Amino acid sequence: MLELKSVDAGYGSFHALFGVSLDVKAGEAVGVIGPNGAGKTTLMRVISGLIRPTKGSIAMQGTDVLKTPAHKIVELGIAHVPENRRLFPRLTVEDNLKMGAFMPAARAKFAQRLEFVFDLFPRMKERRNQMAGTMSGGEQQMCAIGRALMSDPKLLLLDEPSAGLAPVVVQQVFELVKRIRSGGLTVLIVEQNVQQVLQVVDRAYLLEAGSIRASGSAEAMLKDDSIRQAYLGV
Amino acid sequence: MLEIFDIYLLEAVINGILLGGVLALLALGLNLIFGVIDVTWICYAELVMIGMYGMYYMVQYFGMSYYAAAPIAILLVAALGALLHFLVIAPLLDAAPINQLLATGGVLFVLQSFATVAFGIDFRNLGIRLPILAMGDMHFSYSRLLAFGAALVGMIAVYIFMTRTFTGTAIRAISQDRQIMALMGVDTKKIYIYTSALGGALAGLAACLLVLQYDVHPFVGLSFGPITFLICVLGGLGNFVGGFVAAFLFAEIISLGGLFSDLEWGYVLAFAFFILMMFIRPAGLLARRS
Amino acid sequence: MNQRHILIAVIGAALVALPFVYRDPYHLHILVLILIWSFAYTSWSVMGRFGLVSLGHGGFMGVGAYVTVLLWNHLGISPWLGIPIALVCAGALALVVAYPCFRFRITGHYFALVTLALSGIVLQVITATRDYTGGSLGYTPERTKGSHILALQFDDKVVWYLIALGVWAAGLLIWHWVDRSMSRYAMEAISEDEDAAAAAGVNVTFEKLRITVISALMTALAGALYGQYQMFISPDTVSGIAVSLQMVFAAVVGGIYVALGPTVGAIITILLAEILRIGFGTKAVGWDNLVYGVLLILFIIFLPKGILGSLLARLKSPTKH
Repeated sequence: MLELKSVDAGYGSFHALFGVSLDVKAGEAVGVIGPNGAGKTTLMRVISGLIRPTKGSIAMQGTDVLKTPAHKIVELGIAHVPENRRLFPRLTVEDNLKMGAFMPAARAKFAQRLEFVFDLFPRMKERRNQMAGTMSGGEQQMCAIGRALMSDPKLLLLDEPSAGLAPVVVQQVFELVKRIRSGGLTVLIVEQNVQQVLQVVDRAYLLEAGSIRASGSAEAMLKDDSIRQAYLGV
Repeated sequence: MLEIFDIYLLEAVINGILLGGVLALLALGLNLIFGVIDVTWICYAELVMIGMYGMYYMVQYFGMSYYAAAPIAILLVAALGALLHFLVIAPLLDAAPINQLLATGGVLFVLQSFATVAFGIDFRNLGIRLPILAMGDMHFSYSRLLAFGAALVGMIAVYIFMTRTFTGTAIRAISQDRQIMALMGVDTKKIYIYTSALGGALAGLAACLLVLQYDVHPFVGLSFGPITFLICVLGGLGNFVGGFVAAFLFAEIISLGGLFSDLEWGYVLAFAFFILMMFIRPAGLLARRS
Repeated sequence: MNQRHILIAVIGAALVALPFVYRDPYHLHILVLILIWSFAYTSWSVMGRFGLVSLGHGGFMGVGAYVTVLLWNHLGISPWLGIPIALVCAGALALVVAYPCFRFRITGHYFALVTLALSGIVLQVITATRDYTGGSLGYTPERTKGSHILALQFDDKVVWYLIALGVWAAGLLIWHWVDRSMSRYAMEAISEDEDAAAAAGVNVTFEKLRITVISALMTALAGALYGQYQMFISPDTVSGIAVSLQMVFAAVVGGIYVALGPTVGAIITILLAEILRIGFGTKAVGWDNLVYGVLLILFIIFLPKGILGSLLARLKSPTKH
């Protein structure tokens, strides 16, 4: 579905990604793990067009992402839940969800998508008229995921969904990810919380210092000694 | 003696409210532009001036009816607002904010002198005399009532647009997080153009209303431009509610000040009040400053 | 460095000697105007270069011009005393408006808009007090017969040329003095990051106020001299938003970060206005400002450092880029 080939990217003179290649197949859940500053967020931003790579290619179902204007990429079926959620704090929950359905194709199905998201997160239905910035971190994360789902995407990019959340809430968020992917959605998830993420994904890549250092099935990664030592603390 | 004075006072208070409607409309337009695009159009009142000339020519030269001319004038100024953004602001979006402000100062020069060159410096009016409404011993001109009503309708329309439509929601969202708008599938450039056109349309509406009450000349913008800026600063730039409240506050000061002296002194009083307010309630001013 | 001093002395001597050699009254008139306006534009850039973009200088200029003439006409106070009084008024006005602005951290957009309103208000006051000031029709100082030192009225343009030259040179000296002083470092720190400057022990409010008052006083002096020289002032020529913007425009065109930038701006704008006036005659009304406006926009978009600023930058570092 999504294919990155030797992508280089950075901010100004600072290089963040070096020759990253990865692919995500339809229906899969894929994780990217690695330490802080490894370039995980940059990778997500490159896919959704917030940053343009200096080298390499990105294709979504055969369409060249790099030739698509940033605001059209969501129309290819890529929805990005950014790091730190980035809700519009002074808009209501419903208005935030509305923004997720901004593109013409999604507007037509707005009522139907809203119902879908409210089914998935009944909490959001209760809070639909509340300012998004006044909710708890976990609720905000639900709202952010809901906003991304409003566009009826084929591929969901999740950037550190567990960051800054209480352990109980982290558990809930990963439960959610499981439910979302059981609905047939393809998921690419970036996480520092390696233990948890490897429970929900099929495959994972290890990103260190801007390069892919290892990849394999979630089970294989969990058993890998070097990963266990570096990230699981065993 | 006291009774007559009371009546004048009440008349001035009500006239102040009526004036406040139009000022609130202008403040809304300016706040909208600032809130979304983060620039201040200091030529905003000059857009109104152009709209007033548009009305004057359509009504006086082409013999159009006032109500037929008004929508065209609104569209004209809306187009002018979009053009202003496209030609002047868009190339400066990454420049220092103060440069954007100064460039619109250049536009102020251009519009004023364009009007001087094209229309001359004579004072012109529509020649429409609306009746005066007498209520007891008080007198209110229909033009002011109409202006107040239309300004209110205009503001309600903007409110509905901003809350009910996707584009309106995007306009509100963009000032809260500019970078991620692309993730929503929003083309910020387009939203900027729409916002500029909407800001222009509000100036156009104000022009249609002001031309009923005031003569138009190339420098007419100077008589309400500064007061609009004070309103926006006092209410907090980009803060719609603050601007609305401040507009009525200032309108009352101008109207009551004008009761005791000339209208110009009303403006001076408003400025003095503004300086005073900055000492007393600076936090209100800084509410939305980053 | 010595060479530079000699160069300045030679140019200075040549400028002083000029009217004794060349006395064409029209050209002298233009030169006097250029010098007075250069001084006004220089005074704007004294604060403008630190990011304190004031659009209220039309107000200060109007106070300088009108207070001086009003005192002379109504109370018979000589401009020699009237000008200092006018300067005090302008300085007080600057303090009253700027103090709350700086105290409560009103900067950038906000400061520009507040000061913009100030110049609008001064214009309104002049118009409103039309019984004393002649309103929008303008105002003339009462004439004494011939030149009169006490009344600061001189028929001889050479005298005015020398006065204007002196004041202009003084303006440049003040610019340099600020440029060399500790204030400059303080102000640069403030314009970069106010909080950091305050943390480093800079008294932010005081430094800004000092620069603003200096700038306002200079501008008021320019207004007073303009009124005495032209023997006619009107709200539109010495006050209001248009005059404020004109100052910004000339300073930006010339370059606000170099001492002679505003002077170059004055030369360009005044010559432009004169050429348009001669070329179009009375039809020129409005055209000069139209051209100004377009040029201002183009300069800000394409040459934000100004003509002289860009030229010097290019001369200084031809190797860079």
